[in-house]
Order: sequence, then C-alpha cells, then structure tokens
Amino acid sequence: MPVITYRDALNQALREEMQRDDRVFLMGEEVAVYQGAYKVSKGLLQEFGEMRVVDTPITELGFAGVGVGAAMVGLRPVIEFMTWNFALLAIDQVVNAAAKMLYMSGGQYHIPIVFRGPNGAALQLSAQHSQAWESWLAHIPGLKVVSPGTPYDAKGLLKAAIRDDNPVVFFEGEMMYNHKGEVPDEDYIIPLGKADLKREGEHCTLVTYGKSVPLALQVADTLAKEGIHLDVLDLRTIRPLDTEALATSVRKTNRVVVLEEGWEFCGVGAQIVDYCQRDCFDELDAPVVRVHQADVPMPYAKNIEKAAKPDAAKTIAAVRKVMYLD
Amino acid sequence: MAKKKAEAPGETTLGATDAPTRLALLRSMLLQRRFEERCAEAYALGRIGGFCHLYIGQEACGTGVISMLRPDDYVITTYRDHGQAIARGISSRAVMAELFGRSDGCARGKGGSMHLFDRNTNFLGGHGIVGGHVPVATGVGFAIKYRGGDQACACFMGESVVNTGAFHEALNMAGLWKLPVVYIIENNRYGMGTALERASAIHDIYQRGAAYDMPRGVVDGQDVLAVRQAMGEALHRARTESMPTLLEVRTYRFMGHSMSDAVSGTYRSKQELEEYMQRDPINVLRHHMEAKGEIDDARMAALDDEVKAEVQDAWDFADASPEPALESLYEDVLVETTT
Repeated sequence: MPVITYRDALNQALREEMQRDDRVFLMGEEVAVYQGAYKVSKGLLQEFGEMRVVDTPITELGFAGVGVGAAMVGLRPVIEFMTWNFALLAIDQVVNAAAKMLYMSGGQYHIPIVFRGPNGAALQLSAQHSQAWESWLAHIPGLKVVSPGTPYDAKGLLKAAIRDDNPVVFFEGEMMYNHKGEVPDEDYIIPLGKADLKREGEHCTLVTYGKSVPLALQVADTLAKEGIHLDVLDLRTIRPLDTEALATSVRKTNRVVVLEEGWEFCGVGAQIVDYCQRDCFDELDAPVVRVHQADVPMPYAKNIEKAAKPDAAKTIAAVRKVMYLD
Repeated sequence: MAKKKAEAPGETTLGATDAPTRLALLRSMLLQRRFEERCAEAYALGRIGGFCHLYIGQEACGTGVISMLRPDDYVITTYRDHGQAIARGISSRAVMAELFGRSDGCARGKGGSMHLFDRNTNFLGGHGIVGGHVPVATGVGFAIKYRGGDQACACFMGESVVNTGAFHEALNMAGLWKLPVVYIIENNRYGMGTALERASAIHDIYQRGAAYDMPRGVVDGQDVLAVRQAMGEALHRARTESMPTLLEVRTYRFMGHSMSDAVSGTYRSKQELEEYMQRDPINVLRHHMEAKGEIDDARMAALDDEVKAEVQDAWDFADASPEPALESLYEDVLVETTT
C-alpha cells in the first residue's frame, strides 16, 4: 500500500470527490493560485479550474456564508479555513446559519457543507494561533464534528464528510500534515460516528482523537514495554460520538484516561467522563483522569509552551494514576 | 440608477404594469396589511409568541420587488418577513399557522415569525441575526453563476445592516465576482430605535455600493410601481450581465420595531409618524389607479372584504391546525445522508 502524508491524503480525498461530483467545490484563502497555505489543495486549480477552486479575499465570515448559501441551493462546498483560529470570525455562519437551517426551516433546507482546516497549537505561535475549538463546535446540535488522527483516516473521513448531507466541521492539524501512513489509492469511506480501536489492551482505556492520536500510540508503545497494555480508542468523530465503542472498551478495562489538546473546562473530555459515569458507573475502578492543555492562553516561550501542552509524560502519569501505580 | 445603467430595453417596459397587474399588487399589499393587523391582535391574545416584527407601511418594497421575480428566482430576507412571504405566494394559511406555532406552518412550527421558509417558492428564509443572511445571498448568487443559469437572488435587509461586517464582506465578493444578486435595503430610517443619522457615517446609503464598484440606486419605497421599475432594471442587469445591484428603497415603518415597542416610541415623534403615514403605500397605488379609473370606493371595499375573509380563513386554519407532535422536537436536527 502506498505510504503518503496526511496532507496528500486530504488532497486525494478532495480530488476524488471533485472528480466524482461536479457540485463539489473548494473555497478559501490561498487555496487556488498559492496552492493552499499548507498545500492541501496542490494541483486542484490546474485540474478543476477557477470556478471550482476559488481564492477568496480575507473574509472568513463572508466566504463561510457564501458556502452556506451555495449549499442551500444544491452545491456541496468545502470551505477551507487557513486555521480554525481565524474561523472564529465566521462562527455566526457555522452556528447560526449552517447548523440551524434544517431545523428552523422545518426540514426543508439541508446544508451539505464541510468546514475544514488546521486546529489547535503548532509551535510557538502564541495565544491567538494555538487554540483547539472542537469542544465549542461539538456543543452545537446540527453539526457533525470530525478530527482524523492518521493519513488513512484523513482520506476516508474527508470523503465521507463531503458526501454527508449535513454540515461537517473537520479538524486537521498543522503539525500533522507531514505525518506519513499507508493510504490506499482507491475510493474508500470511513463512516462518520464510528470510533476506531487503534491499540488493544486490557489495563486502561486511553480515549483521544485528532492530533493526540499519534501521541497516544506513542504512550501505548512505551507503557507496553512495562507490561501495561492500553486500549487506544480514537473517536475519529467527536459528534455524533460513538458511545457504544466507548462503553465496550471501558467495560473491559475499567479505567479511563482522556487525552485532548484543548482546555479542561467544558472540554470534550468532560463529556467523555459524563458518558462513562452514565453508562459504566459500576464498571469503573478509578475516577477518570483527564490530560489537556493548561488552563491559560498559549504562551510563546518554548519552555512554558511545552509546559502548557499535553505530552507523553503527562499522559503516562495519568495512566499510572488511574491504575493506582504511584 | 445612479451608475452603470444597463442598456435595457426602455425603462418603461421593465417595470411596466397593466391594469390587472396593478390590481394584483393592490390586493397583495392589502392582504399583507390586513394579515398583519390580525397578527397584532393574535399577539395580544397570546396566540403568537416570541418576537413579532410587523411590515405595515413597508408593503410596497417587498411587493414591488417580488412581483418582478420569476418562480425560479430566490428570495432571502430578515426577521421582518411576513409581508414578503405572502407577496412571494406562501399561503396566508401556512404563514399564520407558522406564527401560531402549528404543524401546518410553513416551517412546521419550528421557525416562527422570524424564520418563515418555503422550498416551493424558493423562499430561503427569514433570518434573525442582523447581517447574517447577506453572505448567504452572495452564496446563492455564486451557485447561480456556478451552474450557468440566468436566475437572480433578491436579498432584503434593513438599513442598519449596512454597518455590519457581513454586509461589507458579502457585497465585496458579489462585486468582485459579478454575481446576480439584488441587495435591497429597506431603509425605514430606524435600526430598532436608532436613527440612520445616528448610526451611519453617510446617509445616502446606496452610495456604499461605490466601494464595491456595484451599480446602485435609490427609489421611493412607498410607490410600488417605482420599486418595480428599479427592480426591473436591476434584474435585467443580473440576468444578462450577471451583475449585482445595491438598491436602496426608502420607506417607513408605521408600527413599532416589534410588539414590545410602542408605535411612535421614544425615538421618533408622533408628528413625524403621522407625516409619513400620509404616504401609505396602499393609498399611493390606490390613488394612481383611481386616476386611471381602475378602482373606486365600492371596488375597494369589495377587495377589502375579500382579503379580510382570506385572513379570517387563515386564522381559522391556524387555530385548527394541530400543535407539532412531541416527537418532532428531535426531527430536522440532521438529515439522513443518502449519497
């Protein structure tokens, strides 16, 4: 099987879906002539032309709304945000327009749209460019929220997101675009709403998604050498969340750690904890422990930025804590 | 139009009306007026809840604009949407049932007064966030151009929208990409209680179109025939050149901003209100038709009886329509994907 980058996996997904369905178009800042700020759209302008690969002015609120309007009357837009940090300017269109249109029209207008781009921190970008927004958007009924952790998942999930008839919020990561993995050349879909057990073990469940997946796998490999075997449950889709896969794993291991990039308060991990206590109260052998960003805006200086982010050491400590090993 | 007048087949033919058309316009405006007078009554009785923004005084804007559209064109608007919905042909029954929060409403009781929708007439909704629907209209224009059709999108907004970022972003793209959207500013002089002069650095707000190299103009919004003519020119430009237009329609709201706002309020004088009410859009057209011998007091009274009966029928229909089934609470959040 070919080994390609996460970036090229996304590029393949876009190309295949644009070939398959001429209602699909890509719109955003620098997606066409510049070939994408992170080169995810490389070559697409040349193949599909400027009506289907559309450079916009710097106007997140505006072009997100253009996508909603186009979706409302039958097109299938993919809206690229250069980063989700900039997408905050477009939140009205994502939350008030895309997510609500089907409901407030009494089922008459569905919005088949994908909002995608890198999310969370990269390196030393400081406070305004380093935020993970998935808990905000996962809060909203009417949206699906997806965050792939591997190149294989990136391709299959993006294709599913483009084919979905609902608004899908799709979180990538600047630090992931160069990650490599096996990705089939052919057409395949990973259904939204299905988690993936990326490692199997009996001692503890490590729940995560997106950019934290490689970190979780690294932690699992390290701990395996000490004889501690983790279930690494990659949610892949945060909303709708695969509560069945979560409960199955928790009932097996009886211990849970949640690893996410974002802040603790009202984070995705808080929802996981709630599902655990609701569905698996009697099966838990220890309180769930959460690993997350420090509850501060992201700093610039290398040492304190590192201290703010979740990492392997913090995750290993969390696993040891729920296993009462310390 | 102030600028870039299209080489249209003589202006007079674009919005020209014959006697039956004028009668239909009169009937539509009268229906909207009587419908909304009953809305105020229903609101007082608690039959209509939430926010309720009446269009009374502004009927010539929506009626003039929409009467020029084809069935395959699109309409998108704000929360002050009852009159436009009726002008577009959504039945007064379906609109009243929606206002009553009933299952036969045009949005199944999910939208209410501010969110009337109807796929059959390409009525893309009333929208509740000031400015939010303007980029959506630009997207509709983008889709029309993408598919290569000669449809157009009519986007209504109040004058306070021109101060939002969404307006600027949306019109810039429409000007840049030459999209077939007519942006209609219904300038009723007040954004809620704030006068235009207290909110906008310029007062001839159609001139904002200059910033987007967009054809633009201003028209008397109490004269439905003048609105039709201006809309005709804008639509001709949209269909033949794929060009947007910014059309300012100067009008006045005869009622408060919403039902919680007294009719004249603290922000405008009773005298000002009474002066504007001298130019009631229904009377402006009626006098025009009287001069042509097309209507008299007896025919006007008969027409009034006819629309009042239609509104009573709408009320009775809404009253008899069942409340939404409880299970509908969880419907329409997501749609089942079939592809």
